[in-house]
This record gives sequence, C-alpha cells and structure tokens, in this order.
Amino acid sequence: MVKRVVVIEDEPNISEAIRYILTRNGWHVDVSPDGVGAVQSLCDDPPDLLILDLMLPNISGFEILKQLRQDARTQALPVLMLTAKGQGADRIQAEQLGVSRFMTKPFANSEVIAAVDELAGVK
Amino acid sequence: MSFNLLVLTCLAYVVFLFVVASAAERSALEGRARWLRSSVVYTLSLSVYCTAWTFYGAVGYAARSGLEFMTIYLGPTLVFAGWWVLLRKLVRIGREHRVTSIADLISARYGKSNLLGVIVTLLCVSAGTPYIALQLQSIAQSFTVFVADPDASRFATDRTLIAFWVAAGLTLFTIAFGTRNLDANEQHHGVVTAIAVEAVVKLLALIAVGIFVVWVVAEGPRDILTRIDAQALPQWQIQPGRWTGLILLSAIAIICLPRMFQVTVVENIDDKHLATASWAFPLYLFLISLFVLPIAVIGMEMMPAGSNPDMFVLTLPLHMGQDGLALLSFLGGFSAATSMVIVASLALATMVSNHIVVPLWLKLRAAQNLDTGDMRLLVLSVRRLSISLVLGLGYIYYVVTGGSAALASIGLIAFVGVAQFMPALLGALFWRGASRNGAALGLAIGGVLWFYTLFLPSFGPDMFVSAQIMEQGLWGQGWLRPYSLFGLTALDPLLHALFWSLLLNSMAFCIGSFVSFPSPIERVQGALFVNVFDRPGVARSWSRPVAQAEDLLPMAQRILGAAQGQEFFRAQAETQGKTGFLPDITPEFLQSLELKLSGSVGAATAHAMISQTVGSTVVSVEDLMAVASETAQIIEYSTQLEAKSEELARTARKLRDANEKLQSLSEQKDAFLSQISHELRTPMTSIRAFSEILMDAEGMSTEDQVHFARIIHDESIRLTRLLDDLLDLSVLEHGQVQLNIGPTNLRDLIDKSITASKSVQAEREFRILRNRDPEDIEIVTDAGRLSQVFINILSNSRKYCDAENPQLKIRARRKGRMVEVDFIDNGSGIPRDKQALIFEKFSRLTDSMQAGGAGLGLAICREIMNNLGGDIDYVPGQGGAAFRVTFPLVLAPNAQA
Repeated sequence: MVKRVVVIEDEPNISEAIRYILTRNGWHVDVSPDGVGAVQSLCDDPPDLLILDLMLPNISGFEILKQLRQDARTQALPVLMLTAKGQGADRIQAEQLGVSRFMTKPFANSEVIAAVDELAGVK
Repeated sequence: MSFNLLVLTCLAYVVFLFVVASAAERSALEGRARWLRSSVVYTLSLSVYCTAWTFYGAVGYAARSGLEFMTIYLGPTLVFAGWWVLLRKLVRIGREHRVTSIADLISARYGKSNLLGVIVTLLCVSAGTPYIALQLQSIAQSFTVFVADPDASRFATDRTLIAFWVAAGLTLFTIAFGTRNLDANEQHHGVVTAIAVEAVVKLLALIAVGIFVVWVVAEGPRDILTRIDAQALPQWQIQPGRWTGLILLSAIAIICLPRMFQVTVVENIDDKHLATASWAFPLYLFLISLFVLPIAVIGMEMMPAGSNPDMFVLTLPLHMGQDGLALLSFLGGFSAATSMVIVASLALATMVSNHIVVPLWLKLRAAQNLDTGDMRLLVLSVRRLSISLVLGLGYIYYVVTGGSAALASIGLIAFVGVAQFMPALLGALFWRGASRNGAALGLAIGGVLWFYTLFLPSFGPDMFVSAQIMEQGLWGQGWLRPYSLFGLTALDPLLHALFWSLLLNSMAFCIGSFVSFPSPIERVQGALFVNVFDRPGVARSWSRPVAQAEDLLPMAQRILGAAQGQEFFRAQAETQGKTGFLPDITPEFLQSLELKLSGSVGAATAHAMISQTVGSTVVSVEDLMAVASETAQIIEYSTQLEAKSEELARTARKLRDANEKLQSLSEQKDAFLSQISHELRTPMTSIRAFSEILMDAEGMSTEDQVHFARIIHDESIRLTRLLDDLLDLSVLEHGQVQLNIGPTNLRDLIDKSITASKSVQAEREFRILRNRDPEDIEIVTDAGRLSQVFINILSNSRKYCDAENPQLKIRARRKGRMVEVDFIDNGSGIPRDKQALIFEKFSRLTDSMQAGGAGLGLAICREIMNNLGGDIDYVPGQGGAAFRVTFPLVLAPNAQA
C-alpha cells in the first residue's frame, strides 16, 4: 500500500522539490500551501506522515502541531518539521510540543528521504 | 569758731546723712517711698562729679585762668545733652549685663577677660588715689582755714591728723552703706540718697555765697560785671585749642570716671531717668558754676594779697564776718568732698575686690584644693577691706605728697588717666570687630604714656622722675622727654599727655583689633553689646525671668509646623490636667519640648532656642558654637545628599534609557538576523534541493530538467535581489546615499514608472486613471530614486490589488513648496492593524513567492523619501490601498539627511 505524506509548505518551489523526491521514492504526496484548513482534514483523514514548515502565512507551524497533538487521531502522527529560521529556541519549542523530527533548511534530499522512511517505519 | 564746735557740726551732719541713708535703704527694701528712686534723685546723685575741687577749686581756677573753668562743665553738658548717642546705650548694656564697674564692662565685652579688668582697675586706682587724697586735703585745709584761732590745739592745725580722722570716718560710712548687702546689681539706694542730699547742700551753699557776694558785697549783677572787667587778667583770654582739649577731656571723664560710671550706669534703675538727667544735670552744672567768677573777682578784690584763691568760697564769708554763711560753705565743701570719696572708694573697692582680690583668692583656694563654699561673706569682707585699702592709699598719698600740688591740676591728671578707657569703651559699644588684644594693647600703651608723661612728673622733680630725665629724656634720649614726647613742645603738659596717650592708645587699639582675631566669646559679647537695642526681648526677660507658654508656642510652631506644634502643646497641657494649648512651664515640659525640637533642628539648637526664649539663662558660647557647627553639618550633609541623589537619579535614568535602547537594539538585531536567515535559506533550500535532483537526473525528462534549472535560476536572482535590497537599505539608513539631484518633470517621471512597473504580472489587466494636466510640474530632485518609489508602489498594487477589475488612481498636486502624489487602488486595502507595520523591514503580508520580494520594498521607499526631504504614508479610508508620496518641489542639496 502506498504511504501518504502531507506537506504543509508555503514556498511553492520547496514543496515541489519535496513532492518530486518523495514521489520518486514511492510516496503519495499531498501539498497544502496554507495551514489554516489543514488541521481539520488531517484529523479527519490522518496521513502516514506530515512534513510541516514552521513559518507559514496566517498560522505558525507550532500552532498546527499543538492542535494535532490535542486530537486523539493525530496524537501519534509522525511530524517532520522544517524551518529556515534555524534557531535553537525553535527546536526546543518544537520538541516540547511533540515533534517527531526537526530539520533546518536547506536540507540534503537524502536526509529527508531517510527521515521520512524512518518515521513512517518503512525500514 | 572753735574747732570743737566745727567737729561737732561735722559729726552732726554725718549722723544726719547716716539717718537719711538708713531711711532710704529701709524704704527701698520695703518698696516704699518711690520718689527716692526718682529721676530727681538720680540727677542729684550725678553731681558727685562736682567734688571739693569744683566747690573750692573752681573759684581758684577762675581767679587764675578766667572762664576756662567752664570747660570742666561744658564737656559733661554736651555728653548729657547728647545722651541718646552714647549714654543710653551704655546704661542699657550696664543694666542688662549687670555690670558692676567700668572694669567689669570692658572685661565683659572683651571676652570676660580678667587681664583687662586688672588693667582698668589698676589705672582707676592710680588715678583715683590722688583724687581721693585731694578731697582729704581740701577737708583738712578747710578745717585749718576755718579754725584760724592761734590758741587752738596742735590737733586743730595738724592737717595730717585731720585727714586721717576724716579718712577713717568716711571708711566707716562707706563700709556701712556700701557693703550692707551683696546685691547682684550692686545698687546702693542709701548711698545714692545721701549723695543726693549732699548735692543739694553743696549747691545751696555755693549759691548762698554767690548771692551774698553779688548782692551784699557788690551792688548787684551790673556792678559785678564791671568789677570782672576791671579784674580781667591777660591769661583770661580764651585759647580755642586748649578749650577744645579740656572740653573733650571732661566729656570723656564724665563717662569714664569710676564714680561717675557708678552713679550713671551701675546705680541707674530706669532709662527714663537718663532722659530727665539729660537736661537737669546740665542745669545743675550751670547753677553751680553761675557764681564762680563773681566770687573769684570779689575775692581777688577784697582778700589780702597772697590769699589762696582755692579757699575764697570759705575765706571770703569768714573775712566779711559771716560765720553762719561760712559754716554753710564749709558744709558744702565737706559734702562735695565726702560724696566723692564715698562713691569713688565704693567703685574702686568693687573693682579691686572683683578683679584682683577675689580671683587671686579663688586661685589660691583652688591651688590648695579647698572647698570654696559660700562666697557671700568672703566677698563682703574683701569689699570692706578694699574700701579701707583705697582710702588708706589716698591718705598715704596725701601724707607723702604733703598736699603741696594745686588742687585743680590733680583733678585733671586723674581725668587724663581715666580717659584711657575711652577707645576700648567706644569700641565695646559700637565696633563688633574690636578685640581683647586691641583693647589690652591700647590700654597698656595709653596707661604707660599717662604714667610717664603726666602722672609721675606731677609728683614734682626728683620724686619719681628725676630732673635730669625731665630735661634730657629717658636714657638721655631727647625725644623721650616726658613733657615733649617725640619733640612735641607746642602743648602744655596736660594736653601733651592727653594728645599722645589717646592717639597712641586709639591706634594700638585699632591695629590690635584688626590684627588679632576675636575669640568666639568675644564675638558673642560684641554682638550682644553693639546690638543691645535689637533685642527688646532680652531686656524684658530680666523683669520676667521665666517665659510664658505663649512665647514658646510660636517658636515650636515655626519649627514643628502649626498643627503639630499646637497638638504637642495641647497634649502636654492635657498631661498636666489642663485644657487648652498652654501647659505650665515645668522642667519636664521644657525637657520634652527640647526633645521634640531636637528632632527637627538638632539638640544644641533646640537647647539654645528654648534657653533664649525662656530667658532664665543666657545662651552660653558653647551652646552657640554647637549650634553653628550642627547647622553647618546639617547644611553640608543635606547639600551633599541632594547632589548625590540628583546625580543618582540622573545616572539611573541614563542607565535605564541606555538599557532600553540596547534591549530594543538587541531585539531588532535578533529579529533582523532571524529574518535575513529565513529570507536567505528559503531560496537556497530550493536551489539545493533541485540541484541534488538534477545531479541524479537519470531517466528525467528534458522538460523537467529545464523546469528545475529555471527554478534554480529564478531563486538565484531572488537571492541577488535580496542582497541588493539589503545593501540599498543599509546605505539609505545610514544616510550615505549619493543623490543625483536635477530638474525633471513629474508627469514624465510617472509615465516612465508606469511603463517600468508593467513587467510585474504583465498578464493582468490593470487600469491606470490619471489627470495628466496637474501632473505637469517641474521639480528638482533625484529622479531615479523617486521613480524607484513610484515603481515600488505601482508594482505592489499590481501584485496585491484583489479587485475583480483592478484599477489605480494617480493624483498629483502642488502644496506650497511641496508636491503630493496619491496612488489609490480599488482593492480591499491593508487591514487597520497592519497599516503601522507595512513600512517595517520584512513585513511582507502575504506569501513571498507571490510578491517576489523579501518584504523590504516599502522600508526602502520610506528611507528614499526621507533622503529626498519628503515622506511616504499609507492613507486609510480611501476605498483601497492608498499611498501618499510627499516631497519638496525643489530639493536643496543640503536637505539631504
């Protein structure tokens, strides 16, 4: 069965790159450029993995993570958080909110693939 | 007249005086007979100035020198007529400080210096002893003149013996009335009353003789005047210089003579008496001098040649066979002499005992470590002993000199002696800067000069001063001749001595005072003396030694504040069981008040203030010094504290400001770095990801490869633009921008900007609404920078205007020296809460890819407009996003920021 990953990322070029890499590795990728309506659909239909950008328009990645962890259906959802800000304080906050993996941009494609496989329990 | 009868008359007269004095003393004690303390008695007592020298000697003086004897009365007349100037102050000070003698006054003023007391006492005794001897001599002489009986006993003609008994009798009288009580203010009502009676007797006697001479011997005033003219001698001519000197001398003497000081100052009980005396005493002097010249002239006419003119007052009635009148005259002279001796010996004895004997005695007792105990008896004994000593000295002087010198000269010599007190006395009253050292120096120099130039030579050649010294000066130095010191030969010995002694005395006094710095106690006393009339409260406090609560309350209010002061007094009254605000003045109350005030003004000040108000104790110098240092310390501390706290507040404010600035700078820097990091990493993430994808391009379509390469290309351009914007902003922010100012046309500029902005979302239909005519404005500015701003606004509008049919209105107009250009689109505009943010760096409101910038555009626009001397604002409420660009019509080169 094809695993499904949701990518919440406002930079179209970055989400396109992620989509290309993961699709090539056999994932089904759904991209959402805006996190506002994403939480509801994630809870209703939880994917196997979520790739979450921290800096989003209108709502921050932290807020989305917090809401997901409060819902039973997404409490254990593996979340890979990506950020371009790269500050230590953000990593600590993300871990406190229950992030599965925290990576800074720019990233190596192979690292993302490895992290996604590991979090989804593919290997 | 027989000798025995005369003695009997004298004894009877003395007994009469004794009775008068006793009665007065008793009345004073019982508070009756207030007239005894009236201004009349005071004025009459002042006549102690008129001694036997005046009574007998004035006639002799007139016989020898004409009207010159008047100078002796003119000086005192001037002083009393001008009593307001000097006597009033002297008397007030004397009473307030309970001065007992002139020595006491000078010593008290100059820091209670006993050295000065001793100097003044010694000078007084030196000058007074011959003076007393002179009175003894005149009484003895009058005895022998009166008893011109050749059969009389040896006793009746032995003047020395007569003088002895007179001296002994006067000693007893003075002791009896002068040392009866030991009152602190040294007032002797009995003595004063007796002196007043004697004043009446001597005046009556002299007037009686005068009337006898004018209307019995001569034929009335007219006859007398012609006889005076007939008798006139060449030496009767008035010598202005000598007159001036003698008037000055007698004026000084009336103040400085110990006996005059005693009756004028020490015995004074009321300032008002002085006002009466100011005219009554000159009147007395006028009356007593009225018949002097007639008596002298008639005496010279009637008496046999070689008769002593000093005795005319007595010998003339005797010669004319008027024994009764002669007896009255004798009693007048007796009165004059005895009153002087009594008062002078009393005054001198007070000085001797207070300034010499008692201090020595105390020192001796202290050295032997004995308890001083009750001083009363000691002081009285010493006083009695001193009276005997003074009279004894006078008697010895009389015996030693043999009574040879003319009466008048001895009086004037004494005058010059006591005149030495004048500089120190005037300084005491009027000059706060006068110091103890100056006074001591002046008195010593004046005293020595008086001794050397007048007193010692007066004993006659070879008595104390050898004829050789008189001729050739001390140690053969011609300029040291006693009668012509420093080669001054133009003056007679008396004025010569007066001139040099007073001149050098005053100079030494002034120089000494200028050179030496007065001690604290001298300064305090100086202020109390010189400003005696500035403190009416002190004068009152003597009659009412304890202040009322009414006096303390205002003081407490001043210090504690009205409400608190009143409350304190009310509470204190309540604890005493009283209602109202005025508690009884108990020691407990004063202590708690002092404690209360101490909290506000310091302990020493509080103590001093209460002491002064209560008036029971004079504020001590130690108190005042403590006040001064305490106040100085408080002022010093509070000034320092004030300065410190102000400085602290300033520093704290500076620190707070700096800290806030640093903090906000730090926050800005962190936020900026974080933003930069994000803006750089985002395109780099795309570039890296697609580069890695392309590196593994196996099986990838060419189409995809081109697409990915284009993304990399676009993101690289985005990175470059970001860096360009950052650098541009940095340059603009730091005002380092180079403006290229020149003339241009606004309409052309807008045209070019619109054309340039069309590349942004070129596919969108976008209407521009313009009114081209008002845009036709010639401006001087940096055209490139201004069009950069216009392009930014136009591009933003093209990007963000969310209207169905987007359109933009451009409105340009002149406003004075400024130009306004509005850009208004028909989109939904910028939310109110974001309007303040749009000009901040990285304040992009929507996602960056759509805008294609890093959010620095409007920040750069604002910096550009600031550099062009204008501004860019968001104008709310225009139906869409509305920006207003304002800039000067002509940008002066120096307007650059």
